[in-house]
Amino acid sequence: MSDLDLFQKETRKWLEANCPASMRTPAKGEDDICWGGRNFVFQSEDQKVWLQRMGAKGWTVPTWPAEYGGGGLSRDEAKILASEMKRIKARSPLVSFGIWMLGPALLKFGNHEQKLEHLPKIARGEIRWCQGYSEPNAGSDLAALATKADDKGDHYILNGQKVWTSYADKADWIFCLIRTDFSVSKHNGISFILFDMETEGVEAKPIKLISGNSPFCETFFTDVKAFKTNLVGEVNNGWTIAKYLLTHERSGIGDMGTMVPLSALAREKLGTPDGQLGNQMLRHEIVEHEIDAAGFMFTLERAKDEARAGGEMGAFSSMLKYYGTELNKSRHELIVKVNGSDAFEWEGQFSNNGEIARNWLRTKGNSIEGGTTEVQLNIISKRILGLPV
Amino acid sequence: MALVLNEEQQLLKDSAEGFFGEKAPVSQLRQLRDDQDDNCFSKPLWGEMAEMGFSGILVSEEHGGVDFGMVGASVVAEAMGKNLSASPFHASSIVSASIIALGGNDQQKGQMLPAIAAGEMLVTLAVDEQGLHNPEGSSLKAEASEGGYKLTGLKTFVQEGGTADKIIVLARTSGEAGDKDGLSLFVVDRRAGGLIVDQTVMTDSRGWAKMTFEGVQVDADALLGEEGGAMAALDPALDKARIVLAAEMLGMAQECLDVTVAYLKERKQFGVLIGTFQGLQHRAAELFSEIEVTRSVVLKASQMADMGGDVSWFASLAKAKACKTVELATNEAIQMHGGIGMTDEFDFGFFIKRARVVQALYGDYGYHADRFANRSGY
Ligand SMILES: Cc1cc2nc3c(=O)[nH]c(=O)nc-3n(C[C@H](O)[C@H](O)[C@H](O)COP(=O)(O)OP(=O)(O)OC[C@H]3O[C@@H](n4cnc5c(N)ncnc54)[C@H](O)[C@@H]3O)c2cc1C
Repeated sequence: MSDLDLFQKETRKWLEANCPASMRTPAKGEDDICWGGRNFVFQSEDQKVWLQRMGAKGWTVPTWPAEYGGGGLSRDEAKILASEMKRIKARSPLVSFGIWMLGPALLKFGNHEQKLEHLPKIARGEIRWCQGYSEPNAGSDLAALATKADDKGDHYILNGQKVWTSYADKADWIFCLIRTDFSVSKHNGISFILFDMETEGVEAKPIKLISGNSPFCETFFTDVKAFKTNLVGEVNNGWTIAKYLLTHERSGIGDMGTMVPLSALAREKLGTPDGQLGNQMLRHEIVEHEIDAAGFMFTLERAKDEARAGGEMGAFSSMLKYYGTELNKSRHELIVKVNGSDAFEWEGQFSNNGEIARNWLRTKGNSIEGGTTEVQLNIISKRILGLPV
Repeated sequence: MALVLNEEQQLLKDSAEGFFGEKAPVSQLRQLRDDQDDNCFSKPLWGEMAEMGFSGILVSEEHGGVDFGMVGASVVAEAMGKNLSASPFHASSIVSASIIALGGNDQQKGQMLPAIAAGEMLVTLAVDEQGLHNPEGSSLKAEASEGGYKLTGLKTFVQEGGTADKIIVLARTSGEAGDKDGLSLFVVDRRAGGLIVDQTVMTDSRGWAKMTFEGVQVDADALLGEEGGAMAALDPALDKARIVLAAEMLGMAQECLDVTVAYLKERKQFGVLIGTFQGLQHRAAELFSEIEVTRSVVLKASQMADMGGDVSWFASLAKAKACKTVELATNEAIQMHGGIGMTDEFDFGFFIKRARVVQALYGDYGYHADRFANRSGY
């Protein structure tokens, strides 16, 4: 038996023994996910146990080095772990900005002390992170950001405002873009820094969304003290890190597009007289969508396999972001159509407080967060197709 | 298996792209059209393709082929799509070779596969009788006669029908048009008495024909596979053929994008390169994305076909997606070129005129979208 076969056998056995039954069902939405953090309230004992067991093995972040709390798995082993988890429909034990955004950036640009300090806490779900990029006047034009950093020797004093900061009110720490030099061109005066959200002068005010939920905030910094030991990479070189992190954010956002099994739902709701969905017009729309969704699923697989073979995904992540989020939006439009008027229930037990409608509305932000669809298309046309500016 | 080309497949891709780019670019198809060439392909090219092993790409080594598998076949077809290279590759080396390998007896395999692999014998399939693909709808009749069979009826949209040496024809030995059962395959010589071949000039300038069978008498050993059981070989062989057609469409779509992007970097209006217009940039970026998704499904379907088993879900996925994408690509390419895109002198006309034919061949978008849904259980 090869090493990989052995690994697969053992992984399967371990998962069988350690993944609680209730964690073998898909998460029902953002509220059903384990985000971790100092103040996280577990929805069940199973959710907590599942995180602890996976965290202890480093399998929340399978490919990170073991010394930083990861599983130390090769990419091939990680692929096996993922497919074994998929086999029993195991949920991710932990979803977090730390895992899919900050972690990869720290691994590439952080120094040893920073990695030792922050990565294991991400892996075990102890510290929850938020992303301080966007500002009122720096959205798509992110490099126009103006949060000001005054150099005070071993630390900076920060003043300014972030906006649309997802979960700023729930997060423990923030990775933040600040302006450390106003005298140079906009891309060259930005730094990437980390600080605790409990630091004096940090204030997060939740903003209510069309979904009725408040997952993101206006975040204000008034004379906030941030230590230089937590400045990642070189001073004024934060833009490079910011962009690298975005490629991970984008491929991660794109990845969500195929989670909800649409055709199974449609079968249940519309029935299949003569083996086909009862409503022909909807069947047509669904199959059109499912063809693209299957194609996208294989594109994710190919992109990961190509990255495995030859390094970074780079600008291709913009294609995944654009395509995956547009798919997710159309998927939720279809879920609404399949449910008919039931989809518009906003409150009440029957609909789990309007779950369908709220999830549908939430997807409208998919093609805005992490850089809009239009911005992704700009990146594809310039960076991949080489079209002139 | 990783969803990427392995080293050997990558080498094949590079050599196929080099080969067809040099030996059979679009200008060759233009020449064939302008010369009203009877074969509708270049015989010397086909000879060289045989030397390269392309004609025996799916044929086992035992029968003289190179057995590169479906990923290999798709990679070659993609290169042919980019160049619109005309040849009997699809009719003979993909469709017919697959049917014979799956349904033929030892004698039929021994007689035909080595000759196909060597490029010496051209075989094609006659399956459809009406404009829309519908194998089960076949009504061409095969009646027992003189210890063999007598074939009567009409077939249309036969690839390389004018030049093929042998025709595998789908005929009804029992049942009614629409029944899946009762269909049988026969190998008929093109010079058989009572067979009338009408070469049909079509938009893509390739070698199509309609065939009228006026009581064509064949021996009992012309039967390929079980009587009444044609679908056992036909269905899986057609699925391979569809995947390879999807690869050809992928090549066409990629070429349309590449040429269009190059034009956007060169043509000026309003004093600037038209590639600076965001309205065009975004359309190019969207097309790029659709092509990448198509590339993924073609590769996945080809890999699954190499692994064996029923690949109908994958084949319909690939064919449906590629049909959509190549339709978008050919339309966008013309639009983004403006007036010049409409001229015969420019090559896009050849691409759109070939693309629609390949879209229709062995099932269009609607056929495969419906089949994909059925296979998915809805
Ligand atoms: C649900 C959600 C969560 C978010 N979470 C976070 C977070 O955690 N942290 C964080 O920092 N930010 C977050 N954001 C902010 C997000 O990154 C910004 O909203 C996004 O970058 C767009 O910026 P904007 O809102 O200022 O829109 P604008 O940039 O003002 O865009 C308005 C419109 O103009 C278009 N546009 C702008 N520039 C161009 C151009 N060059 N070409 C073509 N069209 C253009 C846009 O595509 C859009 O359609 C989140 C946003 C959402 C919706």
